[in-house]
Amino acid sequence: MLAEAWRYLVAHPAPFATALAVHVALSAAALAIAAFVAIPAAIAANRRPALAIALANSANVGRTLPSLAVLALVMPVLGTGFVPSLLALTLLALPPIVQNTLAGLRSVEADIVDAARGMGMTAREILRRVELPIALPAIFAGLRTAAVQVVSGAVLAAFIGGGGLGDFITAGIAMMALPQLLVGAIPVTLLALGVDFGFGALQRRLTPAGLRA
Amino acid sequence: MIALDGVRKRFAGATTAAVDGVSLDVAAGEICVLIGPSGCGKTTTMRMINRMIDPDEGRILVDGRDIARVDPVELRRGIGYVIQQVGLFPHLTIAENVATVPRLLGWSAARVTQRVDELLALVDMDPALYRARFPRELSGGQKQRVGVARALAADPPLLLMDEPFGALDPLTRAALQDEFLRLLRELSKTIVFVTHDMDEALKLGTRIAVLREGRVVQYDTPAQLLAHPADAFVESFVGEDRALKRLALMTASRYAVPMALDAGAHRLQAGASLRDALALLLQDGARPLAVIDTRDVVVGGLDLQTIRAALAAAPSM
Repeated sequence: MLAEAWRYLVAHPAPFATALAVHVALSAAALAIAAFVAIPAAIAANRRPALAIALANSANVGRTLPSLAVLALVMPVLGTGFVPSLLALTLLALPPIVQNTLAGLRSVEADIVDAARGMGMTAREILRRVELPIALPAIFAGLRTAAVQVVSGAVLAAFIGGGGLGDFITAGIAMMALPQLLVGAIPVTLLALGVDFGFGALQRRLTPAGLRA
Repeated sequence: MIALDGVRKRFAGATTAAVDGVSLDVAAGEICVLIGPSGCGKTTTMRMINRMIDPDEGRILVDGRDIARVDPVELRRGIGYVIQQVGLFPHLTIAENVATVPRLLGWSAARVTQRVDELLALVDMDPALYRARFPRELSGGQKQRVGVARALAADPPLLLMDEPFGALDPLTRAALQDEFLRLLRELSKTIVFVTHDMDEALKLGTRIAVLREGRVVQYDTPAQLLAHPADAFVESFVGEDRALKRLALMTASRYAVPMALDAGAHRLQAGASLRDALALLLQDGARPLAVIDTRDVVVGGLDLQTIRAALAAAPSM
């Protein structure tokens, strides 16, 4: 079975390379956009309790939505193709990053912030020198979760014509061709594992020494 | 150095004012202790001096400047700040923690390093041993030493301290209080010190302000406070044992009088307090004690009569 999958791959190198590139580009772009939106949003909400609660609640709701439902919601509005897929994946990546950034910032004890303020740090200096470094491990945990979700979720982009490795899987299912399905499924799995491992290593490296258990 | 004039603060949603018309003067070099039961407004009063809280009414002058017109960030960088939970930055080393304010002030790296080592030595923490450690590796007492070093880093003339030794065990607390007094003899700082512990107030305070429901009930030296409590509240707050507390503030050598002493009389160091003397007397069947100086020379004797006389004759010091 695996040998057949391998033969299929060797026979179709160009479509595979394209699908892989699209898959990676889709995932990376979605994660980057989500990070640029979610982290500043969580930082902004951190000092405003009402906003923080609203944001945390919507993140909670967001996390319960199945990936397929997100795609189904996006398609009627934006149609099909790369951009709608990108948007759907970005929506998928937002909640874990928001939740973890909020949790990380909330884990900074009030006394630490009080001491920082009392010594004459501006709000900006407190954020940059105290809150963010302490919240960094949690923020990276969020990015890690989001990255794995996006890489595996990107398979579904094939349903709305977004391309990526999901194309092989959907085609394999439609034609009952298991080797072709595996040509999509195995690389996606490896990719997700690799992303998980990579972000995990990065998270450990970026944890300040004083915070390592 | 510091003058509070009719300062009032009511927090949003509260029915009564947390601080209700407080006026206080603190002279340079004094330790002003704010004491009172929880909710009396002592911490709020202290936090208004570095504008962590802004008053609704009244004026606060620091060094002659009305602080309402000083940028809070600039003001705070010139005032040392120590809190009970210390609030060390867990992701930074001890040296980096102590260096916080000098770095905010833009000191050169070399000057910061030198200053950090100087301060760690000052609070009795070997710089070579502790410089590169992290807060989680320190005991409670060590953390507060670093907290004090951090507050002193840029050599501010004024220090605000909110129950700095409150979370420590009694032995560590007493040791840190002693060291703190020793340190202040070398440095000469003006200090506003919040506590709810009367023994600590009597030990450290130049003057003590007793607060109740946002007002200053009495602002006096420890000796005056013990000898002449302004009202029943101060009296009960000072404690039933205020005679003993007064004795603790009196030095044996000052009250020793010439008297006949037998050769076997107990000996008491001149620097001990009359409270120590009394304890020894109680233990020893009230036989007169010999007070000796550092060269073991008897400077006089103490018995129950002399101690009672001292208590009666010394309403203030």
